[in-house]
Amino acid sequence: MDRDTVLSIESLTVDFRTKFGVANAVDKVSFSLARGERLGIVGESGSGKSVICKAILQLLPDYANISGAIKYEGRDISHYSNRQMYGIRGKEISMIFQEPMTSLNPLYTIGNQLIETIVLHQHLSKAEAEQRAIEMLKLVSIPQADERLKQYPFELSGGMRQRVMIAMALSCNPNILIADEPTTALDVTIQAQILELVRDLNQKLSTALILITHDLGVVAETVENVMVMYAGQMVEYGPVRAIFHQTMHPYTKGLLNAIPKVELEGQTLESIPGTVPSIFEMPKGCRFHTRCKHKREICTQRCPELCDCGGGHQVKCWMYSEEWSK
Amino acid sequence: MTKQTTAQDSLCQKEPLVSVRMLKKYFPLKKQGLFDKTDRVVKAVDGVSFDIFPGQTLGLVGESGCGKSTVGRSILRLIEPTSGEVFFQGRDLTTLGKEELRRARRDFQIVFQDPYASLNPRKMVGSIISEPFLIQKMATKQEAAQHAKELLELVGLRAEFFDRYPHEFSGGQRQRICFARALAVQPSFLVCDECVSALDVSIQAQIVNLMVDLQKRLGLTYLFISHDLRVVKRISDRIAVMYLGKLIELADSGEIFHNTLHPYTISLLSAIPPSDPDLVRNRVALTGDVPSPINPPSGCRFHTRCYRAQPICSQEEPPLTDCGGGHFCACHFPGNGRT
Repeated sequence: MDRDTVLSIESLTVDFRTKFGVANAVDKVSFSLARGERLGIVGESGSGKSVICKAILQLLPDYANISGAIKYEGRDISHYSNRQMYGIRGKEISMIFQEPMTSLNPLYTIGNQLIETIVLHQHLSKAEAEQRAIEMLKLVSIPQADERLKQYPFELSGGMRQRVMIAMALSCNPNILIADEPTTALDVTIQAQILELVRDLNQKLSTALILITHDLGVVAETVENVMVMYAGQMVEYGPVRAIFHQTMHPYTKGLLNAIPKVELEGQTLESIPGTVPSIFEMPKGCRFHTRCKHKREICTQRCPELCDCGGGHQVKCWMYSEEWSK
Repeated sequence: MTKQTTAQDSLCQKEPLVSVRMLKKYFPLKKQGLFDKTDRVVKAVDGVSFDIFPGQTLGLVGESGCGKSTVGRSILRLIEPTSGEVFFQGRDLTTLGKEELRRARRDFQIVFQDPYASLNPRKMVGSIISEPFLIQKMATKQEAAQHAKELLELVGLRAEFFDRYPHEFSGGQRQRICFARALAVQPSFLVCDECVSALDVSIQAQIVNLMVDLQKRLGLTYLFISHDLRVVKRISDRIAVMYLGKLIELADSGEIFHNTLHPYTISLLSAIPPSDPDLVRNRVALTGDVPSPINPPSGCRFHTRCYRAQPICSQEEPPLTDCGGGHFCACHFPGNGRT
């Protein structure tokens, strides 16, 4: 089934001007998101995955230089004014963050915060908004929803707070939900509950999902397509099965091998030697070559282009180019 | 394979290096007003007993707030335990005086979770690593500096890093520095409190491999505290599972994963994210959140979330009993079934 595109990002580049020089956080990243699609963005800290999402919502500080196009339903929103963005943020595209404690205001009740969002975007009366807030809390499986509305964030556990954040983010029926490491601060049992909830809601409400995580395990069971980021660049993109079974990029292979697998006995973890390069001293050529065991002369000279390997699987690596076999 | 046979050998032959007996730690709560006469406490650790054998790793797992870090710190007396005994090479650590304790700490050290917070930013790496020698009066300044350089190489760093500051290093390198510092006094026992949790996966694998390597070369014994069951499985010979301040299951690493007996452990294992999109996970969902340790449920503490709960579970607390072959479980209805 061909679904229409809600969001398409075309060669998005984000540079930060700092007193140490210009830092290139995201380098020519392009991808598109279909209606109701679940996309996972995977990468280690500093790979630029959160920066992409903040760039979409224009949440980056003034010293960030954004270029490229961000098309939401065909309109380029990358140079929208703050006023115009009010109509997009929270209503069309909403976001949930990693730390549910710091993203809720401790001085207001859950109800206050939920109702504020609903009144602002949907122009409902307060009573109607309250009704809607209770519905939303029920939707994210919070028991005794009407009681919870009167509680403050500190009275809720981490998992409950993250549910409230999800309820708030979905309260205006957005087309896209961006979840930035939504389960990293939670325990495994709670993490599993939240991921199940997010998947359920995606099917029920057909909200497209962008899930940012560093854990490939979380991605494996939640999303349809995966984008792997390294040092600001997209190095591999493809359907989740292809990423796991026909892994192409050496970095993705390294990441997969670094996860301890419960099914295997006495496995030695394969680690990727070295560390992610500093954002101010990006290596020339392929950015991964300093840690890659397959590197050749060409890798240190020129940056590989993204090449299509069929089935929507793309990889940015010289190993899959014609030059390599020569 | 080799790990398993050594595990069994030591079970029959060796004396435990560390024995913890009925360890308790209660934290008193603030009085609510002037006339509050009640003595309310948080029972963070409530009667935990286990042994750690030399050269082995005991993994301690549980959700946040179950008391696993408190156990680790109480063993080293970084927190004074409320009651219970901790035997280290046959000597009870809980009765040692201040000076004796300082000397005894040569043999056991700790590595913390956050490598950014556990290194003094104003000190050079060299002096951070040589400090333990000076505190323990084991070497002169020059000797200590020499040892520090050797230690840096032992943990996979370069000796030139001696006169750099912690901020010049990445998270993984800092964690290596923390290991070098902990190993300075040549301890035989290390408590690793979530020591890889703050690191990226590719770096996490480096540190886990370093730990395994150091254990082989130096014959170290670890207490590895973590909430990540995947890493714990990789590194541990035996695994202990905690829930609300109590041990609920303790067995060999393979046994815990293949013949899980406690319903909480079963659901914990089923919540591990799969390593492959084709593996359908057969999840045993837990309802609700962990209850408060101020008012833990009566009887078995897990009964409020347990899918096997019967009337007896809310009345009687199941003791930790041997279910055969050194597999301990605290449940009225132990079994590896999912119902």
